Amino acid sequence: MFTPVPNPTTNPVAAKFGQQDLIRRSASSVTAPAKRQTEVAKLIDVSKCIGCKACQVACLEWNNLTEEVGVNVGVYDNPHDLTANTWTLMRYTEYENAESGNLEWLIRKDGCMHCEDPGCLKACPAPGAIVQYSNGIVDFDHDKCIGCGYCIKGCPFNIPRISQVDQKAYKCSLCSDRLAVGQGPACAKACPTQAIVFGTKDEMKQWADHRIKDLKSRGFKNAGLYDPPGVGGTHVMYVLQHADKPQIYAGLPNNPSISPLVEVWKGVTKYVGLAAIGAFAAFGFLHHAVAGANRVTAEDEKNAERLTEGQR
Amino acid sequence: MSKSEVDAGDSVHPGKPVIVDRYTVAARINHWITAVSLVLLALSGLALFTPALYFLTGLFGGGQLTRIIHPWIGVVLFLSFMGLFFRFFRLNLWERTDSVWMSRMRDVLANEENKLPEVGKYNAGQKMVFWSMSLFILVLITSGVVIWDQYFGNYFTIEQKRIAVLIHSATAIVAICVWIVHVYAAIWVRGTIGAMTRGKVTGGWAWRHHRRWLKDLVTGKN
Repeated sequence: MFTPVPNPTTNPVAAKFGQQDLIRRSASSVTAPAKRQTEVAKLIDVSKCIGCKACQVACLEWNNLTEEVGVNVGVYDNPHDLTANTWTLMRYTEYENAESGNLEWLIRKDGCMHCEDPGCLKACPAPGAIVQYSNGIVDFDHDKCIGCGYCIKGCPFNIPRISQVDQKAYKCSLCSDRLAVGQGPACAKACPTQAIVFGTKDEMKQWADHRIKDLKSRGFKNAGLYDPPGVGGTHVMYVLQHADKPQIYAGLPNNPSISPLVEVWKGVTKYVGLAAIGAFAAFGFLHHAVAGANRVTAEDEKNAERLTEGQR
Repeated sequence: MSKSEVDAGDSVHPGKPVIVDRYTVAARINHWITAVSLVLLALSGLALFTPALYFLTGLFGGGQLTRIIHPWIGVVLFLSFMGLFFRFFRLNLWERTDSVWMSRMRDVLANEENKLPEVGKYNAGQKMVFWSMSLFILVLITSGVVIWDQYFGNYFTIEQKRIAVLIHSATAIVAICVWIVHVYAAIWVRGTIGAMTRGKVTGGWAWRHHRRWLKDLVTGKN
């Protein structure tokens, strides 16, 4: 068993990280702290998940969210997708393993992956609305969010959702408020099978190795860790029985990265665009300085008068 | 024989100087609604386009309001520009002499208009502004709807929105460049702005810049 984060003291404690620990801030720059905090991570072991949804409930509970009563369309996923209130969602897949002939019930806890290279943050136009702490947490600051939905376009995992109530974007915060006072995320706390464990990223990788060995010994020869390098690694990682095909886990992207469209839009378009506007304006000034105004002459007026004379 | 260059409302008043009515009151109001919308759109759009200009959201009451207002101004611009389009498109149709005019851009820029073919109500540069703006505004409203999440968020995929947002911003940049050309030309060619404010130009202006239009007006061709 992985030793869970112990219950914290009931005495007030100072926050373990804050504004001074930002390494990225949307639409603005920050001076990175001299020393990076130990990177944290949540490890979700899909092979251990029993699909009880305690994590979903704990998430709603801790974050004081209420989900609307939905409708049953014959699947276990409830609600049917992530919403502005449901920041984590169990996605159920019935997978027929052709090799073993077994039916496998793959249950993946979906939610923000807390990318090291966060697409949401890169796409965000509002200064400070999305921040990344040096421990790896990517968090939304709703006071600064303008509800444009750019984060949705930036995210390679399709995670943020805009609330229909206040038109702001919501997603898993990795319980940054709990972490700040030394607790683990609410979902990890609630998980009865340790399918969700939390610790430093190194600890989680070690624990994942241990789990992968175990799975391999049970015949899952492609068991592995999902920590996609395309986004610089993530601070929410999965242990997958079939790490060679992540897409079978309710469409977990195979090799996620920030869309090139977003990179072009937020990169070259911005610089070339502003340069083009500047160049056109500069051409105007230059032309006016060199060629001067195009003025109507007295001769022109005379010609017009001559032309219209017959009209009098 | 070429078509008449005269629009409804254009007329010539002999005198010293000759005065020519170029734009009707309705056309001018239509133009200025479009103009104000376009400037507001450029300011609010640039605010969301680059963090360096995010401060422009202050003009609209903050980021949230900028995000809310921008698409609505876009709707106003689109409808208003439709009005301009149907008013102006006939005399903006491309003619062979327009290509000649464009090929002599050196003379145009050097204020040597006597070396150019006689121009009707619009010269080739004005026609280019007209047609490019018509195209860009159509592209902008279409791509804009795709990224108008509050009302249309559920109708498009994220990938479609990514494409739309890139097209929207790139097109907006080009449209702003065309707008700069449009405004600069109005300043550079003196006597032009009066056409869109009081609706009138002098006969000399018409003779110098739009001689075929003036001649058609005087001969009463229509």
